[in-house]
Amino acid sequence: MSFESLPANFLTTRIEDLVKWSRRNSVWPATFGLACCAIEMMATGAAHYDLARYGMEVFRASPRQADLMIVAGRVSQKMAPVLRQVYDQMVEPKWVISMGVCASTGGMFNNYALVQGVDQIVPVDVYVPGCPPGPETLMHGILTLHEQIRTGEILQRRVTSPTGGAALSIDALDGAPEPEPTAPSGAR
Amino acid sequence: MTRDVEAREGERLEHLTDEGAQEMRVRAPGHDAPGDGGTEMVLTGQQWPETEETMIVNMGPQHPSTHGVLRLMLELDGETILRCKPIIGYLHTGMEKTGEELTYAQGGTNVTRMDYASPFHNETVFAVAAEHLLGIEVPPRARWIRMLLCELNRISSHLLFLATNGMDIGAVSMMIYGWREREEVLRFFEAVTGLRMNHNFIRVGGTAADLPDGWEDDVTRVCDLVMDGVFDYDGLLTENPIWIERTVGVGVITAEEAKALGVTGPILRSTGVPRDLRRSPDSPLPYGEVDFDVIYTQNGDCFDRYRIRLSEIVESVKIVRQCVEKMPLGDYRVQDLKVTPPPRKRIDESMEALIHHFKLFTEGFKVPAGETYQAVESPRGELGCYLVSDGTSRPCRMHVRAPSFYNLQALPTMLRGALVADSVAIISSVDPIMGDVDR
Amino acid sequence: MADDDTTLDAADEARENVNEPPADPVLAAAAAAFPEAVAHESAGQPVIFLARDAWADFARWLHDDQGFDVLSDLCGVDHLLNAGRAVPAGVTPERFEVVANLTSFVHGGRLRAICEVPAADPVVPTLTGTYPGADWPERETFDLFGIRFDGHPDLTRILLPEDWQGHPLRKDDAPARVPVMFKGPGATPFQQARGR
Repeated sequence: MSFESLPANFLTTRIEDLVKWSRRNSVWPATFGLACCAIEMMATGAAHYDLARYGMEVFRASPRQADLMIVAGRVSQKMAPVLRQVYDQMVEPKWVISMGVCASTGGMFNNYALVQGVDQIVPVDVYVPGCPPGPETLMHGILTLHEQIRTGEILQRRVTSPTGGAALSIDALDGAPEPEPTAPSGAR
Repeated sequence: MTRDVEAREGERLEHLTDEGAQEMRVRAPGHDAPGDGGTEMVLTGQQWPETEETMIVNMGPQHPSTHGVLRLMLELDGETILRCKPIIGYLHTGMEKTGEELTYAQGGTNVTRMDYASPFHNETVFAVAAEHLLGIEVPPRARWIRMLLCELNRISSHLLFLATNGMDIGAVSMMIYGWREREEVLRFFEAVTGLRMNHNFIRVGGTAADLPDGWEDDVTRVCDLVMDGVFDYDGLLTENPIWIERTVGVGVITAEEAKALGVTGPILRSTGVPRDLRRSPDSPLPYGEVDFDVIYTQNGDCFDRYRIRLSEIVESVKIVRQCVEKMPLGDYRVQDLKVTPPPRKRIDESMEALIHHFKLFTEGFKVPAGETYQAVESPRGELGCYLVSDGTSRPCRMHVRAPSFYNLQALPTMLRGALVADSVAIISSVDPIMGDVDR
Repeated sequence: MADDDTTLDAADEARENVNEPPADPVLAAAAAAFPEAVAHESAGQPVIFLARDAWADFARWLHDDQGFDVLSDLCGVDHLLNAGRAVPAGVTPERFEVVANLTSFVHGGRLRAICEVPAADPVVPTLTGTYPGADWPERETFDLFGIRFDGHPDLTRILLPEDWQGHPLRKDDAPARVPVMFKGPGATPFQQARGR
């Protein structure tokens, strides 16, 4: 029985908010850096862009201890079963950010070797475009995810949707004024 | 990943070998060589028979210390590594196949993502190979801009090495310090090329654009910051007793082994062979006109490789400062209309420019039939491009000689007899970039 | 460079005698030691074409006698769509080529050795006896082209999954652009918007 299924009343709503707040503020990523995007992910965790201010600087090596899998880089056919296995080892609640165009759609490599989009293997919550996305874009994607966790959006959708993914997309941020996180389209 | 113990006689897909691509055969006592008739069992995962004393352990491909998706099968006797088999291909992207489908102008976007820590070197070697077949001569300013960017890239790649190497060995703060200086270099790259990584800036015929105004001040500021950082790292690590204990005498490779395996770059230079392609007389970049030293040591261990890369940052800063002084004026791209697209505003004025632009971006320029092998010195070693052209606008074969591919071949040699804890230090000192290894 | 015009240096001789054996001393020595081989200069780089049975012997000779101590690169090429290509006289073009780029750290020379490999029988002797560094590149060439290397200690797939069928870098295998997969009903809104 999860918090989401309790009928909302004053006491459980407050507890629900507390749980969502704590989940949002300590999302621990699993190390799943594959290629060039991994370098930008490391840069996001480094001092200049600093993921630690969101409580996310601890990249857990063990997927059992991680909440978030940032698939950073291109996923080859050989790596696909490994990706699924790491995702399966993560404990609920878990989220997936598909970082970069190679993870989102196969990117510029539309060929035999890559999985054309990691959402063919795992349900993705936020797609972050870019090749590679700069740290600011990745952070915007992470903050979008935080917002969805805060409002409970993602866990609600996972209950109702058969695919279990949130299917949000955001625009690349580097150099442009910050857009609002887009409201999800389609049925809740 | 666990599998039941099974007999493997004649059950394999490829009947040419005794060991599988992803397996290691356990040696029965008294039988040392694989393929010896004594052993019938192949094990993966975490099972091992009680009668054996050695253990086969899988490390990776998802592991915080394998520098990307590298998988190692280690045969252990307690903590000592007896044998190691690297299993690669987890990042295989089919880039050489994609390269046959892209024009020469687009080829840079593909090649630059192979060794993603030193993208300028990939772009340079591809552009140089295509220019060699085209028979065009790149203007001096373009060659100097290429050299400037390649040396700054060497600085940023070695900073990445220092950061990851430090973190793997336990100096976790090195990760933050290394990235601090690397951000300065990447900021300059963004100012020049528009991107922090994977720039597609060095193209056939020269570079995509000229350096922006005020670049000399930016570069000088970057050099000063990097030099301050390097002095900090030197003070933090070089005489640190923990660092010395963990790296001196660890992962030793001899010069003969390195040359036999095709190892190049800082690993080869750590064994006493002063081989640096920047010194070769037919180097495509004007290294002959700048003053720098080739750093090499004798011991072939992890500490030497760390020292060489640290000192190479200093040498690269020297080269970059000389580029600031000596940068020639002139074109940044060869003015051959068949290769270089016209400036955008000319397209409105001239029909010829419009047609050239159209043909160059849709069909691409044709490169005469032939083949060439060109190589440059990337931060990891000899980065080569073997380009075969069939006279059309797309390569017939584009093969990149990846330095990390050959360097990783030497990993079993370096790991033999080491402890498991040292394996992390050794892999890190090889500094493999899996995009280069798997392509 | 000699000031005396009556003596010719090597560069002058090469220019004057375009039909003579190549000026590169290694090529000249190779042409003498392996009379069946065809020496050639391709865009200024020395190249030698060898038959399959001379492949391993040539490598051994080059390593021991000529000081080419390093194999820089070994790869395969598929000329299926390029069958009408120009080759030097004495070379029969085949579908595949195995190309080895060798370097001497002793005297700084480079040499390219090419072996034509027919599609019907794609087997070439291994170079791992002379150059242990040929281990992985030969596995890669086998993986991507299907060219077998006779005598290789562990000829298995290296880049692709073990159970992959086919050899993708062959021109008639694995098109470089695969059609985008259709997701069907039940696709997420994002996927529907993308038209999958």
